[in-house]
Amino acid sequence: MNRTIPPPIKDAVEFDIKLKPYEKFTLDNGIPVYVIKSEEQDTLQLELIFPAGSWYESESLEAAATNFLMKNGTSKRTALEINEAIDYHGAYLNRNAYHENATFTLHCLTKHTEVLLPVLQDVILDPVFPEEELQLYKQNQKQKLAVNLQKCDFVANRFIDKYLFGEFHPYGRVSSMMAYDALQTETLHAFYQKHYTYNNCRIFVAGNMPANMLELLNKHFGSTRWNGETSHTRLDLPVQPAEEKKFRIFNDENGVQGAIRIARPFPNRYHPDFPKMLVLNTILGGYFGSRLMSNIREEKGYTYGIYSQLYNFRQVSAINIQTEAGRDVCEATIEEVYKELQRLQNEAVPQEELDLVRNYMIGSILGDLDGAFQLIQRWKNLILNDLDENYFYNNIQTIKSVTAEELQHLAKQYLTPGDFYELVVI
Amino acid sequence: MIHYNKFTLANGLRVVVHEDHTTPMAVLNVLYDVGARDENPGQTGFAHLFEHLMFGGSVNIPEYDEPLQMAGGENNAYTTSDLTNYYIQLPAENIETAFWLESDRMLSLAFSEKSLDVQRKVVSEEFKEHYINKPYGDVWHKMRELAYNTHPYRWMTIGKELSHIENAQLEDVKAFFFKFYRPVNAILSVAGNVTVEQVKTLAEKWFGDIPSGEKYTRSLPVEPPQDASHKLEVKANVPLDALYKCYHMYPRSDKRYYAADLISDILGGGSSSRLHQVLVKEKKLFSNIDCYHFGSLDAGLLTIEGKLVKGVKMKDAEKAIQTELEKLQGEIIADRELQKVKNRVESLLAFEDMSLLNRANNLAFYELLGDAGLMNKEFENYEVVTAEDIHREAQLLFDEKNANTIYYYAENQG
Repeated sequence: MNRTIPPPIKDAVEFDIKLKPYEKFTLDNGIPVYVIKSEEQDTLQLELIFPAGSWYESESLEAAATNFLMKNGTSKRTALEINEAIDYHGAYLNRNAYHENATFTLHCLTKHTEVLLPVLQDVILDPVFPEEELQLYKQNQKQKLAVNLQKCDFVANRFIDKYLFGEFHPYGRVSSMMAYDALQTETLHAFYQKHYTYNNCRIFVAGNMPANMLELLNKHFGSTRWNGETSHTRLDLPVQPAEEKKFRIFNDENGVQGAIRIARPFPNRYHPDFPKMLVLNTILGGYFGSRLMSNIREEKGYTYGIYSQLYNFRQVSAINIQTEAGRDVCEATIEEVYKELQRLQNEAVPQEELDLVRNYMIGSILGDLDGAFQLIQRWKNLILNDLDENYFYNNIQTIKSVTAEELQHLAKQYLTPGDFYELVVI
Repeated sequence: MIHYNKFTLANGLRVVVHEDHTTPMAVLNVLYDVGARDENPGQTGFAHLFEHLMFGGSVNIPEYDEPLQMAGGENNAYTTSDLTNYYIQLPAENIETAFWLESDRMLSLAFSEKSLDVQRKVVSEEFKEHYINKPYGDVWHKMRELAYNTHPYRWMTIGKELSHIENAQLEDVKAFFFKFYRPVNAILSVAGNVTVEQVKTLAEKWFGDIPSGEKYTRSLPVEPPQDASHKLEVKANVPLDALYKCYHMYPRSDKRYYAADLISDILGGGSSSRLHQVLVKEKKLFSNIDCYHFGSLDAGLLTIEGKLVKGVKMKDAEKAIQTELEKLQGEIIADRELQKVKNRVESLLAFEDMSLLNRANNLAFYELLGDAGLMNKEFENYEVVTAEDIHREAQLLFDEKNANTIYYYAENQG
């Protein structure tokens, strides 16, 4: 046996990736329910999603605080009673507020679904925002922020988004002690009533559902027009990018590493360049074998890891290259990043590397579609962005067919070092 | 219930197979029975540094990652105090690529000076990123030294100090490889859209001719029972005072481990847990508090850690924790609360089993514990724990003589 010869492989382009369709139901009050069923396990994921993210705030942190405190007391149950009910059944009720949406996600064993839904109903339809809970939230969040502000990576993430979008845009706005202090139960309650309405709600279910799932959902979320109707049109907000391009910040004089961020705005996912940029970004810094990792970690040893990412924000995206590097090699790292950008501009990506990246990306998508929870995640991203499976298949097609010339053209347009913000936080 | 088959190759390599034909993917997992606990005290951090070198090319394959990515695969690895684990996930059609890559690096590494040189730097940056350049980042380094006098758990997986990593030599790398990275000290598990027959054929083809190596027999110094509490005060540039208390618990294979694990959940699992409810929400002494352990194979540490609300005195915070521990030592826990933590385990295990990668990792892990089949009996071990067991173990665990405490003070803070 000759071990130097690799076994034959099936190539990415030969994989016929199919996005398994969801089932859609509508509750009596019109709430859409998207379902991916799977009977292989005894577990269920149920998610309620509202356009109630930071985009809709009039005061900083309103969206996050509202979302967090909804679980901390209703007119019938205290926070402890809610937590007890969830924990007793080995369930998890996570809530999150993002830029656009706010979510409540229940994970439980299928057999406990029925007893947990009344608790979830209470949290969504009847939160009371107890004053004491808000005070505790403020205190504990401020303590957490104080610790985070000592971390160079956390500080760098805040600044780079501010440079890209401006501090008044929801994408660039950051938390602060003052903003926590200013929170009030009345404004949270008002935010809740305005945004957590039945006609703002979408439900995503994955996994093994009890046979009467729809009946249960109708009973708890579908029978009334709770919180009335919200109508809003979502308009883009003005961004105010920084004029300066280069920033050096000293956060900790004894820091042994610097957090480096090199970023520029990029059109959003609706732009025709976006799918191609996903491929170019992967080549640059989107996987372990990327140009940035190979050069700056595996060749020079300047860092434990360096990545580039494409933001998934709705209005406008950005390309962001990030790493924590040794304090004395920060400037050398930045220089190497620019060399890699220019190399993508000046030389076409070799065919072998492009084939490798195609295969890697397709393999990765295949793995990501494995299981009901993963599938619903894919669908959710499409549905929440008003897209359908054609968008998904178009991306796959781009991965399979984009040419080296197209990528070089894209690099010339978007990867010019001078167009990037450059930040080091030590 | 996770179905599996297992067999052993002539060279001693143990193989576990889990067929799952609902997925298009496959996972190949190789666990080596070596961790930071097996290191020489003068060369700590070596097992982990070595893990990095495993990606620097093997005897017949100059690049590990490239062919795998070409086959649509992803991989990673981790090192703990107890073991080192490598895994690959890829489309099942390309599973042979994973066999090819993993068997060649089990056969022999390339042992390149360049790779060692670069990975020394990379690991130094990893050390800085996680343990130096983060507030409270050094606490585990200090806690391990406080809690252990003799057992090698007294140093962290990343290493005791940067110099140990910086001084690693290629000779040491070779010796380490041929001592530990042999078929007889490894477990291969394969899960996903594969068949047992296929895995048998591939395992025999790719791993069958690797020399068996010598079985490593572990004889580590045993940590004697602690006979007096240990305390340490630290002052550092952090924004908040923090309190860390660690109690020696039981080895992973000891039946009492399960009672101790449930105790950690009673105290710190979920928002309704005792420490969170009483100390964060009612008494408002901590802004966050957790109770956990690492599931170490040798006797580990049951840990309580929390950050104090500004203005709260360390003494008062510690006393309040003590009161909660004494409650557990004094009163028999209610049936419902015991049932709660058991339900949480049942659920946790079910969610863990959903991922193919976890199933592959766990089958290898339980085989290391003695038998892959233990994976399916794990919940029973929790189910049989009684309220009296919890009561008795709490009395032993939280004996003051068994405590290790770090008072971590914020200096220069108002």
